[in-house]
Amino acid sequence: MLGRSLKRAVMAIGVMVVLPSASAGPPVGDGFCTWEATGFAIEQPLCGLQGDPERGRALAADQNGGNCLACHRLPIPEESFHGTVGPPLDGVGARYTAGQIRLRIVDEQQVNPFSIMPGFYRDPMLGNRVADDYWGKTMLDAQQVEDLVAYLVNLK
Amino acid sequence: MSRRRYGLLFALIMAMFVSPPIVGAGPVSGYAFLDESTQAMQDDEFENPGMMTVERGAELFHELREAEEYRCADCHGEDGAKLDPEAIARYPVFDPNLGGLVTLQKRLNYCWEIHLDRFPLMPGDRELTALETFVRHRARGVPVNIRTDGEMAPLLTEGEVLYNTRFGQLGMSCRHCHLQHQGQMLRGQRLSQGQSNGFPEYRLGSGRITSLQQRIGECFVSFRAEPFEPGSRELDLLELYVGSRGNGLPIETPAVRF
Repeated sequence: MLGRSLKRAVMAIGVMVVLPSASAGPPVGDGFCTWEATGFAIEQPLCGLQGDPERGRALAADQNGGNCLACHRLPIPEESFHGTVGPPLDGVGARYTAGQIRLRIVDEQQVNPFSIMPGFYRDPMLGNRVADDYWGKTMLDAQQVEDLVAYLVNLK
Repeated sequence: MSRRRYGLLFALIMAMFVSPPIVGAGPVSGYAFLDESTQAMQDDEFENPGMMTVERGAELFHELREAEEYRCADCHGEDGAKLDPEAIARYPVFDPNLGGLVTLQKRLNYCWEIHLDRFPLMPGDRELTALETFVRHRARGVPVNIRTDGEMAPLLTEGEVLYNTRFGQLGMSCRHCHLQHQGQMLRGQRLSQGQSNGFPEYRLGSGRITSLQQRIGECFVSFRAEPFEPGSRELDLLELYVGSRGNGLPIETPAVRF
């Protein structure tokens, strides 16, 4: 009994020591890079990565990727069904900067708390009743978000 | 700031308070979101694949098992002739004798256990869903009439909170699709109001009859959340709240949906 509670106490101290350092600079944990939103934008690329617009375009249409088409219209004519839940994204690069687009992909609910749009790179510890397979994971990885930003910012 | 700008600002602020989030007023059945051929399939008793389950439920309703005294039909009439369609349309009900909120499946299961003296079925069991389908079909066309006052009021508030709670990795709530964005296209699928007047319903995608609680479970899976167990308090509360949103809609069981 005593041994077990001692072990728990040691573990608790361990957690307390680890946690504060986890919220410091990128990348930590399972590769989640912390980000900071200022003025409704995330100016710094996630993990300092460079995006690829071609990969971003493919991700936007991929049902297992970003699946942007589920809700948004995009200039991807070879796909027949485009959703109407969100606003059309034609010309989004003329309306928003890369940093503004990045925040809207990462965590749209910081812009509109009532939005249906999932946060594709929000802090994975914030989920409610997340299924085991997805617990602690972001919907997209940092590279995928950067690819999408690179694609969308060029839609002018 | 010019006067015109103030006017615009004023109109915007008023719009936030005045205009309801729903396009058009009142509940609309999922039937209205179907194409004509699917509507025709539902309306034709011979074409509607859900009628197979109604027949399966009828079998169970009339079945006298070995060494048993009663069948459902002994109390409730052949083909459920003594079942009151108006009473069916009131489920889920509040019954203090049965522990409070009672869904139709729970009510059937009590009968199964207490009057037929059988082992109770698991919530969401195929036989229980078949019985529910048969019984609800008896009330086809009767408007849903779930009580919303008295003891139901606080339960409805709890149900509404669950309805508006974000779940899963996608962090979505029922409200987002079925209230905020009803009528919009999600890829090729039109979002309905998520009304429950057709349940249990036949799903063309899976080829199965599906109870409301199973359907809600599928939504949870799609937003990558841990589903609640059928028969859990949470799903009973959601069944109550979702049902009451559709008060006045005719019962369509078994509806045909995608």
